[in-house]
Amino acid sequence: MDLFEYQARDVFEKHGVPVLGGIVARTPDEARAAAEQLGGGTVVVKAQVKVGGRGKAGGVKLAHSPDEAAQRAQEILGLDIKGHVVETLMIAQGARIAEEYYFSVLLDRAERRYLAMASVEGGVEIEQLAVERPEALAKVAVDPLVGIDAAKAAEIVAAAGFAADVADQVADAIQKLWVVYREEDATLVEVNPLVRTEDGQIVALDGKVTLDANADFRHPEHAELEDAAETDPLEARAKAKNLNYVKLDGAVGIIGNGAGLVMSTLDVVAYAGEAHGGVKPANFLDIGGGASAEIMAAGLDIILSDPQVKSVFVNVFGGITACDAVADGIVHALEILGDHATKPLVVRLDGNNVVEGRRILAEAAHPLVTLADTMDGAAAKAAELANS
Amino acid sequence: MAIFLTEASKVIVQGMTGSEGQKHTTRMLAGGTAVVGGVNPRKAGTSVDFTVGEDTTVSVPVFGSVADAVSQTGADVSVIFVPPAHTKAAVLEAIEAGVPLVVIITEGVPVADTAEFFTAAQAKGVRLIGPNCPGLISPGKSNVGIIPADITGPGHIGLVSKSGTLTYQMMYELRDFGFSTAIGIGGDPIIGTTHIDALAAFEADPETHAIVMIGEIGGDAEERAAAYIAEHVTKPVVGYVAGFTAPEGKTMGHAGAIVSGSSGTAQAKKEALEAAGVRVGKTPSETARIMRELLS
Repeated sequence: MDLFEYQARDVFEKHGVPVLGGIVARTPDEARAAAEQLGGGTVVVKAQVKVGGRGKAGGVKLAHSPDEAAQRAQEILGLDIKGHVVETLMIAQGARIAEEYYFSVLLDRAERRYLAMASVEGGVEIEQLAVERPEALAKVAVDPLVGIDAAKAAEIVAAAGFAADVADQVADAIQKLWVVYREEDATLVEVNPLVRTEDGQIVALDGKVTLDANADFRHPEHAELEDAAETDPLEARAKAKNLNYVKLDGAVGIIGNGAGLVMSTLDVVAYAGEAHGGVKPANFLDIGGGASAEIMAAGLDIILSDPQVKSVFVNVFGGITACDAVADGIVHALEILGDHATKPLVVRLDGNNVVEGRRILAEAAHPLVTLADTMDGAAAKAAELANS
Repeated sequence: MAIFLTEASKVIVQGMTGSEGQKHTTRMLAGGTAVVGGVNPRKAGTSVDFTVGEDTTVSVPVFGSVADAVSQTGADVSVIFVPPAHTKAAVLEAIEAGVPLVVIITEGVPVADTAEFFTAAQAKGVRLIGPNCPGLISPGKSNVGIIPADITGPGHIGLVSKSGTLTYQMMYELRDFGFSTAIGIGGDPIIGTTHIDALAAFEADPETHAIVMIGEIGGDAEERAAAYIAEHVTKPVVGYVAGFTAPEGKTMGHAGAIVSGSSGTAQAKKEALEAAGVRVGKTPSETARIMRELLS
């Protein structure tokens, strides 16, 4: 899960990373009140969107008084920044910036450890810096068993070439950012820019944090950071039922077992769809190992609630999952859904107890259900049905 | 031969007394695996009876620690079925006890835990497979994890895949050929055994004549594997990549299956593999057809 900047700021503050005051506002009046609360001086009104390039899109503006903050808020709220409509602002205390730096620590999948990156040329797009002036971006490997201790922080600061008068302060900030990474189970902590103010303070002026969802069990407080408004309503419903669902925008609803097989099913449907008016998959839905009638019904219910869906492809390879249980699940799910089930279903079963599974579906002879022998054949049938 | 797992492998199960552990231990025993012990400090000294087949009962002893199990049985493989919150401790215990191969089935392990136990395993020369994987099977010899033993039998195709169900699908598609070893390496961002590790082992295994490599979106493991194949693999390799239709920024079921910006796309992986001379199928069935052509 990616955090909003204001959430990252709060998390930084919790772990002692130097930040400036920042208050969330959702209306111009709230923006005015926030600016007053921050002392009535200069503030920055910042759009809270989980996408880069908001400055260029007009999502960050300076305001010299609370009234001006309200005006700027009015201008920014409702802006569409790369498909993200601005609903939330952070009113941030103004800073007199002397220098801008960059720091991040992230998961290095290939090396299977962590990577710290730092530069004294922050404030720009870091991908651009990495391409144009790679020598200006220090990359330092971090041992997961050691982390960023004082020695590692000093190594990073030296590698990036920080000036002697800020080196200790930056090293201290970097160690605290590591604490954020470790204590919050992050997979990315990025500060761009990390600044030196004119009065010599090192401050994290912006923050990007990605949290590891697998670690949610030891961070019950992370549930509050989820943004209900940003989640697709069908995805939210699926999540409430513990279903692994991702909404897409095609016409063939997909249910399968196992993440790899479901991803493959989407591709195979899109490929088959080329011959049927270009129809595409409507969703990703992995029902996992236990395909009970309840799980199948919950999954079908969500897919059939998607008005774009014209047909449904159920693709199961029974490893541990038994195909007869899946077939029972489908039959009972259709009973549970009753008149709500209106779209044709193409079902392909293989693997564990497949003969019995196919027999159950054949005997039930539900008018909406078509049995297919192969995955490719089923995809073609589902695409054809969605295009008719 | 076969890779990583042979008929001589002696396997212990961490989490054997739990419901998942019991279910899969039964299946492993039925598949011919030499399961020599389980580990549970609260049940040390007892044993668990597994009904295998019609009327055969196998009694497997429970030890108080992995170290005890290893010293008393000579086990050289541990398979882990414990919940995510306890996985790190279980893996570290197996590494400490000097088990050379640790297979972690558990899904949902925090990546920071995996980074730690992977680093510890490397320092001790221990091979990890997983986490979030179905394990591996050398058909007719041994089966460690949750791959069904009855899809196909022994043969000369090696299979390495990030996905469990795609592993089963491919074994089924090529069931008339059979496999030397099929290994599911897992869909997490950090995994103990990579495509490259498996490719290197298959290349060195005289029983393996051809290799199927299944990848998916996220990271650049497939691109690295492609470079490795171009340099080091002489046996024919057929590839498949899942996730062409995955949108950017969404996790597709597996924790590691995510396209970030322009990196980790299926298209880039396919192109890298093709540039290395690997034929890549558009669907699992087409991938199997290409392998058939190569073998006939």
